[in-house]
Amino acid sequence: MAKANYKEIVFDPIFKNNPIALQMLGICSALAVTTKLETSLVMSLAVVVVIAFSNLFVSLIRNHVPGSIRILVEMTIIASLVIIADQFIKAFAYDVSKQLSIFVGLIITNCIVMGRAEAYALKNPPLQSFMDGIGNGMGYAVILLVVGFFRELLGSGKFFGISIFSLTNEGGWYLGNGLMLLAPSAFFLIAFFIWILRTFYPDQVEE
Amino acid sequence: MAKKDSTTKTILVALGVCFVASILVSTAAVELKPIQENNKKLDLLKNILAAGDLYQEGIDINKTFEEKVSAQIVDLNTGNVIPSTEYDDVLNIENFNVNVLASSAKWGEDITATDDIAGIKRKPTAMAIYTVMDDSNSVEKYILPIYGKGLWSTLYGFIALDKDLHTIKGFTFYQHGETPGLGGEVDNPKWKSQWIGKQAYDADGNLKIEVIKGIVDQTSDKAKYQIDGLSGSTLTTRGVNNLVRFWLSENGYGPFLNKLKGDNNG
Repeated sequence: MAKANYKEIVFDPIFKNNPIALQMLGICSALAVTTKLETSLVMSLAVVVVIAFSNLFVSLIRNHVPGSIRILVEMTIIASLVIIADQFIKAFAYDVSKQLSIFVGLIITNCIVMGRAEAYALKNPPLQSFMDGIGNGMGYAVILLVVGFFRELLGSGKFFGISIFSLTNEGGWYLGNGLMLLAPSAFFLIAFFIWILRTFYPDQVEE
Repeated sequence: MAKKDSTTKTILVALGVCFVASILVSTAAVELKPIQENNKKLDLLKNILAAGDLYQEGIDINKTFEEKVSAQIVDLNTGNVIPSTEYDDVLNIENFNVNVLASSAKWGEDITATDDIAGIKRKPTAMAIYTVMDDSNSVEKYILPIYGKGLWSTLYGFIALDKDLHTIKGFTFYQHGETPGLGGEVDNPKWKSQWIGKQAYDADGNLKIEVIKGIVDQTSDKAKYQIDGLSGSTLTTRGVNNLVRFWLSENGYGPFLNKLKGDNNG
């Protein structure tokens, strides 16, 4: 195998091959947790860690896993990592964990994690798989943070909980955009993101 | 070594993966448990203090709580304080959990459908209440836990009543899953501050407090009993209205409050 280019492995999934924008994976949680930047950030970190380590472990045992129970083994690894991540968030970021509630647990069902384990980690050596996990996790994170940024700013006039636009119901001038606080707005924002992305990478445009 | 796809190998790999995974998960869960429990407890205390208007950023929560607040458990049906000798595994102040109590046979009971405006089906027969003392060690206000269904979730919170037993002194939810920005505005400090000074009961002791739809007309003589609804969240507003009215009624803290009034007069 040719020498792996780690830089490409890590940075390609962010814009060139973004898991949400191009592969259309993991959209459900991108809708649910992005009303605020803080929750988006913690969720992103959790996903990066989970994908990176699930890729690493799956890759480490890839030559020993029988094909018949391949998916079960992947699921076990992913589920364990997610529980551990959830425990850590509950211990060290309690307020955020209350807001994220079930969505950390639902990383298990995030198609990106499973998809990368199946598509990449099973065929590639551990370090490359780990980097691929980080890359894809960051691709997911970029979208979450962009969506979270706009939703929090336009919906509640805030940036990381700090008021930027003072809201009318707190005596200011900015009338919060209620739509931004509801899940559908994330669809619009992701669509804008994809539009901009495909303007710069025209080869991503589907026929 | 067995072949990759042989039955033996399959079972060995499965067992091996499960073994390692279970050790990692249980280690994380056990090791982090004390921190998580502590977080939960601090969060609860913080919210009690917030309802009692005693919380500021950066204070020592445990210390303030110990100095200012005393907790006791009251029997909701009789209004009597339950002596600590009757506490058991389920009923105690440290691990007070309304859901555990409500679902237990000893400390929970069904609510008849017509009474169940808060949508909680079963209620505990005893609740932990918190008394805030002033500097001269007399009662300043009572902080009462309340909960009930909103639109998506059960809202858990506290309402603080003045020692006169009809003026509301504070109101806060510490756990809910309402839509952020709409129903989630129950956390908005400005909205919460409206509750302070409102009258829960009229002079004859009738339950009057309500969360209305829309904005309260300040000129109306009912204004002192009314709270603005949250715009864009009719169902959460209705839920909050119902749960407050449930807990302040005869089915909730009514007997306890009557008892206190009796004591004050007698």
